[in-house]
Amino acid sequence: MSGDFIRQLDDSGMGRGRSLFRRLHIDPLLFAMLLLLVLVGLFTLYSASGQNMQMVSRQMVYFAIGFGCMLVIAQFNPHWFQLAAPWLFAAGIIALLLVLVMGVGAKGAQRWLSIFGLFRFQPSEIMKLAVPMMLAWFMASRLMPPNFKVIVQALVLIYIPTLLIMMQPDLGTSLLISASGLLVLLFAGLSWRWIALALMVVLAVAPAMWYGVMHAYQKQRVLTFLDPESDPLGSGWNIIQSKTAIGSGGIEGKGWLQGTQSQLEFLPERHTDFIIAVFAEEQGLIGVLLLLILYLMIVIRGIYMAAQARDSFSRLLGGSLIVTFFVYVFVNIGMVSGILPVVGVPLPLVSYGGTSIVTLMAAFGVIMSIYMHRQV
Amino acid sequence: MSFSLKDAENEKDIFVRRAILAAFCVLLLLCALAGRMVFLQVSQHELFASKSENNRVQLKPVAPIRGLIFDRNGILLAENLPSHSLSIVPERVQDMDATLALIDTLVGLSPEEGARFQKRLKQWRRPFEAITIKYRLDETEIAKLMVNAFFLKGVEVEAELVRHYPRGEDFAHVLGYVGQMNEKEKRRLDDVQYKATRRVGKIGIERYYQDALHGEVGYQKVETNAQGRILDVLERESPKPGSNLMLNLDANLQRVAMQAFKGRRGSLVAIDPNTGGILAMVSSPSFDPNLFVNGISYEDYNTLRDSLDTPLFDRASRGQYPPGSTMKPFIGLSFLQSGVTNWSEKIDDPGWYMLANDERVYRDWKRNGHGDDINLRQAIIQSCDVYFYEMSFRAGIDNIEPFLSQFGFGKNTSLDVGNALPALLPSRAWKKQHRGRSWYAGDTLNMGLGQGYMLITPLQLATAMSVFANKGKWQRSKLVQYIDGVALADASAPADVEINNPADWERMGRAMEGVIRHHMGTARALQKGLQYRLAAKTGTAQVVSIKQNEEYDSAALLERQRDHALFVSFAPVDAPQIAIAVIVENGESAGRTAGPIARKVTDAYLSSLAQRPPLKRDVFGLSNMGN
Repeated sequence: MSGDFIRQLDDSGMGRGRSLFRRLHIDPLLFAMLLLLVLVGLFTLYSASGQNMQMVSRQMVYFAIGFGCMLVIAQFNPHWFQLAAPWLFAAGIIALLLVLVMGVGAKGAQRWLSIFGLFRFQPSEIMKLAVPMMLAWFMASRLMPPNFKVIVQALVLIYIPTLLIMMQPDLGTSLLISASGLLVLLFAGLSWRWIALALMVVLAVAPAMWYGVMHAYQKQRVLTFLDPESDPLGSGWNIIQSKTAIGSGGIEGKGWLQGTQSQLEFLPERHTDFIIAVFAEEQGLIGVLLLLILYLMIVIRGIYMAAQARDSFSRLLGGSLIVTFFVYVFVNIGMVSGILPVVGVPLPLVSYGGTSIVTLMAAFGVIMSIYMHRQV
Repeated sequence: MSFSLKDAENEKDIFVRRAILAAFCVLLLLCALAGRMVFLQVSQHELFASKSENNRVQLKPVAPIRGLIFDRNGILLAENLPSHSLSIVPERVQDMDATLALIDTLVGLSPEEGARFQKRLKQWRRPFEAITIKYRLDETEIAKLMVNAFFLKGVEVEAELVRHYPRGEDFAHVLGYVGQMNEKEKRRLDDVQYKATRRVGKIGIERYYQDALHGEVGYQKVETNAQGRILDVLERESPKPGSNLMLNLDANLQRVAMQAFKGRRGSLVAIDPNTGGILAMVSSPSFDPNLFVNGISYEDYNTLRDSLDTPLFDRASRGQYPPGSTMKPFIGLSFLQSGVTNWSEKIDDPGWYMLANDERVYRDWKRNGHGDDINLRQAIIQSCDVYFYEMSFRAGIDNIEPFLSQFGFGKNTSLDVGNALPALLPSRAWKKQHRGRSWYAGDTLNMGLGQGYMLITPLQLATAMSVFANKGKWQRSKLVQYIDGVALADASAPADVEINNPADWERMGRAMEGVIRHHMGTARALQKGLQYRLAAKTGTAQVVSIKQNEEYDSAALLERQRDHALFVSFAPVDAPQIAIAVIVENGESAGRTAGPIARKVTDAYLSSLAQRPPLKRDVFGLSNMGN
């Protein structure tokens, strides 16, 4: 295999003859799949935005920034992430506290932090990287599989940022961030007994959440999920329209730019969270299956790359990041197709939005770094 | 913290095992998603495809164009004019307060328009039905709204046809007007046919002929976006416009009659005795029906409602008055019919009349009486009360009441005057039932003068006069002549009035002519310049009853307590073309107030008959006869 041949050369030779990708610390296979996904996303966005080229251009700029971030981050040795993890985590916690005190609101939630009025950012986005890093850092310094004390400490680390984000309130992000932390625990070898116990606790706590913690709009989402027809013009509208869009696409789809549900604006949030419905309506089951296969290949490749890492920290971090990526995909498509309640989660690398793209590409930068720096 | 060595190989093994497990889980969950997609896109494809089609394609009802209304000469009385209005679909508005505030800054909203909108917002309406908030937008306002359309989600500028009444006040009561359909009307009217209709006839012809004028709803299959904006019309089934009505009413005659009242309270009804067609039907004072079409302002409405002259009240079909001496020709015929007297019998009138065993003095309107030479003809000409006291006493209520009933008193005989009142023709049975007392001879005497319990409407009086002029042959009064060119038929006209000696019709007519011609006639002032033969009878109806032994002093009475003046007439006597009833409230002297009004209208009508232009029948939909 020519790849192996090059790798051998790389391992021995110092700099001479190394491929461009190797020098840039980019895995060509993952990179190619991401690029394909991005292209699919751009074409879908063009249709979903009502052929708004301006929006597509902006999305392309976001992707340029995202790939730039990936490229920069990939150059760092994972060792640096391990050193930075506690500091990044601490900074993230402080930023989250600041959001609650002086955050900027939008649509009834305080999620943004304005820096000197110059630009705004969401500290919860930092935590998407910082939480798995911190957990990987913590677990890597402990014995694996973790014992009870370590598990409790790890859970505390996970639920401090989770609760802070939940208070913004942003249920979707907080659940996904806690998922990324829990995934580190799972990859660290959390015993099945604890997992079974945790599941039982969740079932016991759920009613308490319903009556104590959840906001009215969150309850409404759950109720609507259970019976979307109960409020067809209110909150059930989204899910009814998205299911209609997907279902009417059939096997072959209505064709690019031909989806009536999206082009005639029946589908809400069609260029952001519900973009998969546009894709499914226009490309049909065939397109959806191909897209799912593409996601599957990206995730499998990511897991493989994480498994190749040189130390526990890198493995745990990489594993958590790539599976979190999958969780995004699953939650988003599950929500739009009506098997999960509506939570505001974008479809990774397809939905419109700069923040999500930059965060995801940064995560892929970390995975690239982990894989490309695997040789000690 | 326990201190132990980390086993790197073991940690890697754990991770790899878990990673493989994770990969399987990912595969499994993706299969679940794929399965869901197969379910939606294959198993339920047809359901969702039709749902999507229903989303995209909507069947929109299209309101038919309301039929036009013409007078007997083809003058337009009710038309549809294009008008732009601003409407809001509340379901599509995100922030109603902000939207209303923006509309206010752009085109201005009066507090009244705001209040009316809020009221309509609370009322029942079909989902996604637009509520009109502002009418009659001008071009500048439309432009301002269009420029800001982006900020005005759910707000639309609509072009629609709005009813307009060019003859305004002249026809307010008889023609009526259309207004916003209310909840009661929505329940009453056909849900399908009225799907797109927003205004219906509220009173008058507009209400009575609502179904004919409305037409049939049409449908449009349209492609709309989620905001309901129509992008494309796929199919169209045109609505069937409402029928055009041609009335018996004569717009110019109506104008003459209206002006003749000079704003006085009263009413006039003129009928063509040969057809029963109502030539003019006026209630004065009137109002502008155009105010009601788009919803009248509170201020305007309160002014109309609170006016002492009650302009909203339709006196012609709903005003109930004692007929007074205008009853005398009819009651006179009932004397002849019952045989209690004949044309030649003379009585002596000292100015008063008394019944045996009764203290009460029944006065004549003329203090010293009409002398000893009063026969039926003179009793009509001079309106001699004592003659009628005497003959009424002889004939009795049981002869008078059934005879009067044949002329349509006490019931609504009109073919298409929707809300006409039956008024009251008293009888023994009526008094027993409603007053709890038996009928007294005195009641009959009062009735002989058209006083007492009896009440008529101007429409009834004119109808009776018309039947009289037609020598007892019934033609029910009707407003509409043709519906889309088809003549209005009357299947169930009342039985004709038969009298023993048909020559009495003519003789009574000549007696009524004497009211004008004779030097003693109560309306002799009308003779001046008269070009044709006019038969008439005056009448006064007491508003305040005069007590025994009390002098009647009109100057002392307030204007509103003066007697009502009544007047009936028909002309020409030998071949009647027009029968009229006029009432001037508190007009006091029929010869001076009500009479001239009837004379003017009769003059105008008879001269117009002489020079009427030939009618272009095809213009008014008259060519499609039998359609």
